[in-house]
Amino acid sequence: MTRSELVNALATRQTHLPAVDVDLAVRTLFEVMSEALGEGRRIEIRGFGCFSLRYRPPRLARNPKSGEVVAVAGKCVPHFKPGKALRETVRGSAAEQTAKTKRYADR
Amino acid sequence: MSGADKATVTKAELVEVIFRDLGLNKREAKELVEQFFDEMARALVAGEPVKLSGFGNFELADKSRRPGRNPKTGEEIPITARRVVSFKAGQKLKQRVEGHAGSGE
Repeated sequence: MTRSELVNALATRQTHLPAVDVDLAVRTLFEVMSEALGEGRRIEIRGFGCFSLRYRPPRLARNPKSGEVVAVAGKCVPHFKPGKALRETVRGSAAEQTAKTKRYADR
Repeated sequence: MSGADKATVTKAELVEVIFRDLGLNKREAKELVEQFFDEMARALVAGEPVKLSGFGNFELADKSRRPGRNPKTGEEIPITARRVVSFKAGQKLKQRVEGHAGSGE
């Protein structure tokens, strides 16, 4: 599913809302979530999951081309933990879709 | 902003933004936000990864059965084969978050 497929799926359920508004809503939601994470806030959606930041300490890395050692500063990375409902429904879903799974594994 | 807990964004805050910025009424805004997460969850349950450019990808991984144990009792119990969701943040989101040193978990 892509962003535009998400918009289409929502538009079919939101019959009273023009597609352009659904598109704007989806854009707004991702923007608000990105902005919140950028401010160091967490996002908690019951059943779906939580987004939070994980800290990666500074480290010495190597430029693989030149072999040169470079200092990499500490940074935060986004992390998602699926919620209980999502985790549990996805967990057993593989069994019913072996054929589909194979297709994704081949990609 | 809901104000109750500034450190955490909840569904209520997202509903508030949609209500304020898009002019939907509260009930419509709530329904839309709920369906937004529901549609992404549905795709994942159907075995379909969700790819959101600028934000990130929700991917699926099939884990095979492996031995595990109860950390409290030491008792061996197999961890059954399962499918799990993982999120890979996109380049844009990573850049927005990077400079934020500290907090989080």
